[in-house]
Amino acid sequence: MSTNGRSTALTPSEAEPAHELHERQLLVGRDLRTEEMVLNIGPQHPATHGVLRVVIKTDGEIVRALQPHVGNLHRCAEKIGESVPYYQWVPYVDRMDYLAAMCNEHVACMAIEQLGDIQIPERAEYIRVIVAEVQRILSHLMAIGVYGLDLGAFTPFLHQFRERERGMDLLDHISGGRLLYHYVRIGGVKRDLSRDWLDELDAFLAAVEKRLPEYNLLLMENRIFQERTCGIGVIDRDTAVRWGVTGPGLRAAGVDWDLRRDAPYSVYDRFDFDVPHGESGIAGVLGDCFQRHWIRAKEVEQSVRIVRQALAQMPEGPVMANLPKSFRPAAGEVYVRGENPRGELACYFVSEGKDTAYRCRCRGPSYSNIAVITEVAEGVLIADLVALIGSMDIVLGEVDR
Amino acid sequence: MQAWLDQLIREHGWLQAVPAGLVYTIAIVLACKLVLVFVSVIAGETVWLERRVAGRMQARIGPNRVGPQGLLQFVADGVKLLAKEDIIPASADKIVFLLAPIIVFAGAFVAFAVLPWGFGLVPADMNIGLFVILSLTSIEVVGVIMAGWASNSKWAVLGAMREVAQMISYELPLGISALAVVILAGTLNLTDIVVQQEGAIWNWYVFRGPFAFIAFFIFATAALASLKRAPFDLPEAESELVAGFHTEYTGFRFAVFFLAEYAGMILFAVLASVLFLGGWSPGFPVDLTGPGMRWVGFGILFAKTLFLLFVMIWVRWSLPRFRVDRVMYLCYKVLLPASVVCVVGAALQVLLGASMGDGGFAAWLMGR
Repeated sequence: MSTNGRSTALTPSEAEPAHELHERQLLVGRDLRTEEMVLNIGPQHPATHGVLRVVIKTDGEIVRALQPHVGNLHRCAEKIGESVPYYQWVPYVDRMDYLAAMCNEHVACMAIEQLGDIQIPERAEYIRVIVAEVQRILSHLMAIGVYGLDLGAFTPFLHQFRERERGMDLLDHISGGRLLYHYVRIGGVKRDLSRDWLDELDAFLAAVEKRLPEYNLLLMENRIFQERTCGIGVIDRDTAVRWGVTGPGLRAAGVDWDLRRDAPYSVYDRFDFDVPHGESGIAGVLGDCFQRHWIRAKEVEQSVRIVRQALAQMPEGPVMANLPKSFRPAAGEVYVRGENPRGELACYFVSEGKDTAYRCRCRGPSYSNIAVITEVAEGVLIADLVALIGSMDIVLGEVDR
Repeated sequence: MQAWLDQLIREHGWLQAVPAGLVYTIAIVLACKLVLVFVSVIAGETVWLERRVAGRMQARIGPNRVGPQGLLQFVADGVKLLAKEDIIPASADKIVFLLAPIIVFAGAFVAFAVLPWGFGLVPADMNIGLFVILSLTSIEVVGVIMAGWASNSKWAVLGAMREVAQMISYELPLGISALAVVILAGTLNLTDIVVQQEGAIWNWYVFRGPFAFIAFFIFATAALASLKRAPFDLPEAESELVAGFHTEYTGFRFAVFFLAEYAGMILFAVLASVLFLGGWSPGFPVDLTGPGMRWVGFGILFAKTLFLLFVMIWVRWSLPRFRVDRVMYLCYKVLLPASVVCVVGAALQVLLGASMGDGGFAAWLMGR
């Protein structure tokens, strides 16, 4: 009410009682100021993908301001990394981004190996790439399906579980776990891949290639889906770079950047694959929810390509390096990053020559990806906010670590 | 029904000893019970149908344990919900909170009193039947806003706001598109409307000219929206508003809302069949007015209802949800003008004397 110039022009003696002023304003539509409501979305809410808590100030259906609150899933992963031996810390990395455990292990083991100057067998590198890309397929399938669920389409969500189940069985066979594997170890991988497993992998890849167009038909080619996502939650190039958004969010903004190609680690430089990035030729605008979703679907296709090439090139040999009984890397520091399904995961270690790290720090992509919504979500509808949070595909285990 | 009761009293001497008013009252109570139980059972089975169809569509099985093929699942669910703790939030407006489910339930069920299930198989054959149904179903809105407000929860208020806005808006195209049929039929009596559609399949109003044809699809869309079924399920969008206006309701009060929703589905499926799809007419000339043949007509109408219910379920599990502003856009800028055009067109059709009952339009449709 204070924004109304009329009320400040009146001297106190002439001033009308507040309630009368309010009634007069109700009659003048332009001055109508409705009550804003503070709404607490989460930590237990179906659309927050875990335990994200977003406090929004709403004017009816419109989000006026918003503040994400994180920390509900904080488990001291980094502090634990400074108090347990290196090899004991690897399982904790699984639990950060629990939908991409293999990729996490890959990056963490690379960092520790670089710190300790360990060379790993070539076959192990290929196996790591294969399992990491299978994990990427599973993670993106989940993201595609859950995004449908966020927008009210239940069916694609359960359809993707059919393929995801096969992929989880695959990883279960080699590691004994469905979600958290501890398969990639310091010095290589836990065990070699069997012939049967490779056949089953072929069948899985074929199934994914066959079904992916069906999911795209159900979602991306649906008119309602396009209306809900095209032009919604646009994160432009500058904003994305400024907030440190990585992964599909960054590529959707038109930045052609993928660590697997631009700063190749492991054996990624030996494969031929495309990096899908936001285009103006398809539906939607650069950096909107639709393009982020589209990029995930495209990346699944590229992951299938990479796995096929890795299978063709994979040499025979051991899968584990000979490691000393007691692992004490020389004093020094290391910062290693890798392309996770959600963006750049990086591990930073400082060693003082002991069997535990002096400092352990991770950079999780979800943290930066969720932070950006404070800037882009103002003025959208509540339904768009759900679409935006869903399209960032965050995993709270990684935001909080 | 009164005529039938009078005949019953005449035929059975011992009934004449009882005051006629008492006979009527008992008969009315029994008829109400019958309709209530019948509709509740059908609504329960619709829930089962929905879950099985959804299961089939989603590469899973669905409930198949309780009873043959899981047909008694709704009984098990009802018993479970009865056993749940009945929670009333401490800050809720208790009286309104308790009253709301009753009003929603009554609004959904009372309309069945004038709904014909076959020739003469109607509890109250009113000459303003359609009008009564459309007005009684709007009572539900009052219950919804009471539930949303009395819960004293932000989610419930938001859900109730959305729902009331949506239901009131979509009642306009719903009523106006039904009016196209009323103009063609010249009556609001639902039995008469069906009688006019008897005979060949092109006598169904949906095939009597382009305006009624379009009106059918407007009616179906608007019914879907006022029933808050997907893709118009914004009032209870679980990924946005948790559960909408019934967020705070538990146990059997929740079940009452749930049952009312499915009763509404059945109501509109029957109504659409009666108005547009020939009611109990099978699509070829046959006399279904006899005492035994009425039940054949009932079966035919029931089959059409089941088909429409299946379409509703099919749509729900295929499509994502609309956004709130798009829903309003669709209502006021697409469906409402189109339904007005349909009414004007139907009026012109009657004025020009083109009843189109000769199958000309149906033949043209087939040729397309």
